[in-house]
Amino acid sequence: MRADLEIIQQWVEPGHHVLDLGCGDGTLLHYLQQERNATGFGLEINPDHITTCMGKGVSVIEQNLDTQGLDNFGDGMFDIVLMTQALQAVRRPDKVIDEMLRLGREGIVTFPNFAHWRLRWGLALSGRMPESDALPYKWYNTPNIRLCTFKDFEALCRQKGIKIKSRRVVDGQHQNSWLARAWPNLLGEIAIYRITREHT
Amino acid sequence: MPDSLPTDSVGLVSPQTIHFDTPIELACGQSLDSYDLVVETYGTLNAEASNAVLICHALSGHHHAAGYHSYDDKKPGWWDSCIGPGKPIDTNRFFVVCLNNLGGCHGSSGPSSINPSTGKLYGPDFPVITVADWVKSQARLADRLGIQQWAAVVGGSLGGMQALQWSLDYPDRLRHAVIVASTPRLTAQNIAFNEVARQAITSDTDFHDGRYDEESTLPRRGLMLARMVGHITYLSDAAMGEKFGRELREEAFKFGYDAEFQVESYLRYQGERFSESFDANTYLLMTRALDYFDPAYEFGGDLSKALAPAQCEYLVLSFSTDWRFSPARSEEMVNAMISARKKVSYAEIDAPWGHDAFLIPTPRYTNAFTAYMDRVAREVGA
Repeated sequence: MRADLEIIQQWVEPGHHVLDLGCGDGTLLHYLQQERNATGFGLEINPDHITTCMGKGVSVIEQNLDTQGLDNFGDGMFDIVLMTQALQAVRRPDKVIDEMLRLGREGIVTFPNFAHWRLRWGLALSGRMPESDALPYKWYNTPNIRLCTFKDFEALCRQKGIKIKSRRVVDGQHQNSWLARAWPNLLGEIAIYRITREHT
Repeated sequence: MPDSLPTDSVGLVSPQTIHFDTPIELACGQSLDSYDLVVETYGTLNAEASNAVLICHALSGHHHAAGYHSYDDKKPGWWDSCIGPGKPIDTNRFFVVCLNNLGGCHGSSGPSSINPSTGKLYGPDFPVITVADWVKSQARLADRLGIQQWAAVVGGSLGGMQALQWSLDYPDRLRHAVIVASTPRLTAQNIAFNEVARQAITSDTDFHDGRYDEESTLPRRGLMLARMVGHITYLSDAAMGEKFGRELREEAFKFGYDAEFQVESYLRYQGERFSESFDANTYLLMTRALDYFDPAYEFGGDLSKALAPAQCEYLVLSFSTDWRFSPARSEEMVNAMISARKKVSYAEIDAPWGHDAFLIPTPRYTNAFTAYMDRVAREVGA
C-alpha cells in the first residue's frame, strides 16, 4: 500500500463512518472497509473509477464538488472526511475545507507541495512552470488549478481557526524520509494533514 | 427463419403460469381470492438458492424480459440487452425471474382475464393495484420458487419503484436493489402526462366505461393517443431530432393535416401497434400505480425516514437526457439513502436517448451495471 494511505489508515478507527472526496478507484475506502470495518462513501467524477469502485463493493456517488457542492450531506454525519491529492484540483479549496469540517469531526487532507526544492529549482533555473512526478502536467492542461505550499496551507488553517492535529510529510515515492521531516516545506513532496475544529 | 440465436442470448424460453389461491389483500381495501402470475426464468437456481435475481417491469413491460419464444420472433425480450450469458445480469451465474405483474395484460390476472367468481372478464372491475401490492405478490412468488432472499431486485422506471418498495417492505429478503431511471415519486408534470393518457382512453367512445369487451369493440383511438403522449416522454428532444429531424415523408408540404413529418407517422405507427396489443384498462391501472407511488408519504414526505427499515445495498443509475425521471429525481433518492446511512452507489450515465436509455446498452451503462452485478455474484457465491 502507498505510504500516504498507510499513514491515513492508522488514523481511522474501527467502525468509523468515512467520506472520501475524490476517492479514485476506491483503494483506500476498500482497505478501510476490510481492515477497519469502516463504512461510508466515496465521491468521484471519473466514470472508470466509479465503475471500479462498484466492482469492489465501495459505495461511490457520482458528484462534482465544484458544481454540486456537498449540500446533500448533513452536519456531523461522518467521523472522518478524507481528501487525498484532490484539494489542489477544486475551485475553492478554502470552502471545501470548511465543508469537510462541517460534515466530519476530523479531516484528512493530502496535497503536493509547490515549494518542494525541485520545483523551486526548476522555476528558478528554466523560467518555465515546474513539472514533477507529483505534478506531471503542463500549465495549460493541468487539473491542479490551486497549487499551494505547506506554509500556505498552514496559514489558511490558522486564519480559519482550524487545528492541525498531525502533519506527516513524504517524498515523491510516498516514503517517509527524515530529510522531509526535517525541512518539510523544502524537501517534502506530499503532506498529509489531520485537521479538526475541535479544540481539546 | 434464422436457424440460430445470438450466442449471448438466453435462447429459446417459455413462460409458465403459476396459480395462487391464498387471498391477497390489496392497498385499495379489496382482495383477490385467487390469481395467476405468468413467469419466465433464465439460468439455474443454485443449491443454496442464493443466486436469484428478480426483474421488475415498467409500464408496458411483461414477463418476457430476455431470449426468444420461437425462431420466428423478430425481437428478443424487452431487456435482452442486459440479461443473458456474459451480460450485466449474467444468466451463467444468476437465476433470473421475471413476471407479468398483477393487473397486466400478458397472462397474469388483470382486467383482461376471467374473474373466477363471475366467469366473465374483470374489465374495469379489476381492483386498482399499487406498487406495494405488486411487491407483496412477488414475495409470494419468491416463496413458491423457494427463494428466501433475492441476490438482487432489479428494475428500470416503474420497475425501479418496485425494487425500492421491496427494500422497505421485505428488508431481509433482498441483498441488493438496483434502481435504474426511476424516481421516489411522480412530479405534478409526470401525473399530468398520465392524466392526458387516461383522458385519451376514457373519452374514446369505444371505451364504454371500460366494458369495451362486452360491446365487442376496443378503444383503439384512445390507447393510440395515450401511447403517443407516453412515447414522447420516453425520448429526448435530441434523440427525436437525430431520428427524425424535420424530415418529411414526401418532398413538399401538402398544406393539409395528415402525417407529413416522419415523426408524426412514427408516433402514429407506434400508437397503432400498441393499441392492438395492449389492454386499455391495464394502461389506466399501470399509470395509476405510478401516480400513487410515494413511499415517503406516510413519513411526512421524508424519504430518509421511510428508508429506515432497509437493509440492502442500493445501486441507483440515471441518464443525463432523461426528462421523464430526470437525474435530479434519482439524486433525491440517493440523498435520502445517504441521510439514512444506507449503502448506496450512484452514477449518472451520459446517454442521448432520454428515458429509454435504460433499455439501450451504452458502454458506460453496461460496464457499471456489469461491475456491480459481478460483485453481487461473488458475494452470493454465484
